[in-house]
Amino acid sequence: MGLLANRDFLAGLVFVLIGVLAVAVARDYPMGTAMRMGSGYFPTVLGGILVLLGAWVMARGLRSREPVKGEWGWKPLAFIALAFVLFGLLMPRLGLVPALAAAILASALGGREFRTKEALVLAAVMSAFTAVVLLVVLKMPYPLVARVLWIS
Amino acid sequence: MDILSNLAFGFGVAFSLQNLAYCFAGVLLGTLIGVLPGVGPLVAIGMLFPLTFTLPPVAALIMLAGIYYGAQYGGSTTSILVNLPGETASAVTCLDGYQMARQGRAGPALAVAAIASFFAGCVGTLLIALAGPPLAEWALLFGAAEYFSLMLMALVASAVLASGDIVKCLCMVVVGLLLGLVGADVNSGTARYTFGVLELFDGIGFTVIVVGLFAVTEVVSNLESKEIREVFTRGISGLMPTKKDIKDSSWATVRGTAIGSLFGVLPGTGPALSSFVTYMVEKKIAKDPSRFGKGAIEGVAAPEAANNAAAQTNFIPMLTLGIPSSAIMALMMGAMIVQGITPGPQVMTQNPDLFWGLIASMWIGNLLLVVLNLPLVGIWVSLLRVPYRWLFPSIIMFCCIGNYSINSSPVDVYLCALVGVLGYVLVKLECEPAPLILGYVLGPLMEEYLRRAMLLSRGDASVFFTRPLSLAFVVGTVLILAVMIAPAVRKKGGVP
Repeated sequence: MGLLANRDFLAGLVFVLIGVLAVAVARDYPMGTAMRMGSGYFPTVLGGILVLLGAWVMARGLRSREPVKGEWGWKPLAFIALAFVLFGLLMPRLGLVPALAAAILASALGGREFRTKEALVLAAVMSAFTAVVLLVVLKMPYPLVARVLWIS
Repeated sequence: MDILSNLAFGFGVAFSLQNLAYCFAGVLLGTLIGVLPGVGPLVAIGMLFPLTFTLPPVAALIMLAGIYYGAQYGGSTTSILVNLPGETASAVTCLDGYQMARQGRAGPALAVAAIASFFAGCVGTLLIALAGPPLAEWALLFGAAEYFSLMLMALVASAVLASGDIVKCLCMVVVGLLLGLVGADVNSGTARYTFGVLELFDGIGFTVIVVGLFAVTEVVSNLESKEIREVFTRGISGLMPTKKDIKDSSWATVRGTAIGSLFGVLPGTGPALSSFVTYMVEKKIAKDPSRFGKGAIEGVAAPEAANNAAAQTNFIPMLTLGIPSSAIMALMMGAMIVQGITPGPQVMTQNPDLFWGLIASMWIGNLLLVVLNLPLVGIWVSLLRVPYRWLFPSIIMFCCIGNYSINSSPVDVYLCALVGVLGYVLVKLECEPAPLILGYVLGPLMEEYLRRAMLLSRGDASVFFTRPLSLAFVVGTVLILAVMIAPAVRKKGGVP
């Protein structure tokens, strides 16, 4: 079994990386003294603890060799992340309904089976319903469909 | 009597038309979302959290609490009918509830679950009213050192008692603490871990973390594997349990309530562990243990009572000490902070309407659950028939708009995707997400108390050991760690 399938080794690695990042970035913040702690004190201590604990988890992984259970769901993860990104991009530019519809379609693509017609109907119905709830019931100040960029 | 007048005051607050409406809305929405398979109370609260932003504090908390037990109850409905728990707390209910449904007794199972929950909810509410004031008075004695040690104990306990690897849980707590520190430092104004992103100055939003960590992770995990669902919708015509059902389940309900109330107060345990323990107890003391897992009514009543009682008593440490004992209480605490209320013993004196109003509304909410959900069970069942391929894009869409609506900023939406990716990787590597949330909420508070304690003691760390209460909490922390780690070390390392 390679290290890339070793569950605890990977988990420990993620923690060590986060810890190292935390300590490295906190070097720019004043440490202060134990009596008057600067803004770098607490994060540096936490980062250090995380590196130690993470290393422990890694070491244990090397010994126990537990594999990661099941398949990684990279495809659904990628499409769902894409849905969030598309929503964030479209919402301020094109308005509520296009952004909602895009989020639905993108995440639907990450599903086990994609039925084009169904997804389109779902996107239309859900985005219309949500738009009505947000704008009419909750009176949120969002543009339904924004005017095209160059006109506004 | 003091408590009676306080409770009467609370009911006065909760029975205002506005608060009653929000309680109702919360319970209804919570159940609606909780019924969806794979969506527990945490995600429900995380998704609906932005809705309460514009409400006054009392109404906001009443609504959130309503969502909480609504979702909890919705989760039981799903476990009984689909054998697919919405959250860990109802996993135990699956064992016998689903078997009852297969025998065509879904109706009585649902009814007994509702009645047991209601009973437990009443007791839980009463316990909060009784235990709240003395605990809060005691907590007024706490200084910065005590708070720091208490939070340390709560965090360690939450990591140790969570299901899963203790060291990895501790790591998750630390990651949470670090995430909580993102943003401008309150003391010096230094922008920490913002990487030049202006939106991060106020810290990473609550909804961003919860939705990313729970909703995104859950949906992706569900999409990894094949969909297997079997919904029992026949035979829900007869809701009424028989006389024998009631007789069999009544003592189980009482025992479940007692165990649940106790576990709810302990940090890190909450509803999930209590329902599990109760089930084991019931099985132990039953005359015929072989009935369990084959549709024993006690197996539904006891865990349901336990998880609802725990859901109520969970509020005790949060409302009186400002220490969340579960991820959900961390969320509620976050909601209070957003509303400008510092959770802790002063809530009871400074915002008595909030404290007693919330308690009274819990009882009303529990009542609403019974009168509302039993007749509406048909609607919840039809929700279960919606195929997942329609459900999950809609969930993701609500997550997007929920995140966006808080600051009207796309940055929150991107961040949520990022947290989702990190969360999925960690959950796939079998790291529990719940301790992270606790760390995230307590991070800034712990730093503040640590700083204050050290400033007052002139940089002498022994303050944590010389003040008796603080020492007690530190000893408690060490004991919890020792008890849990010692057997693991002995088993693995061969140390005698």
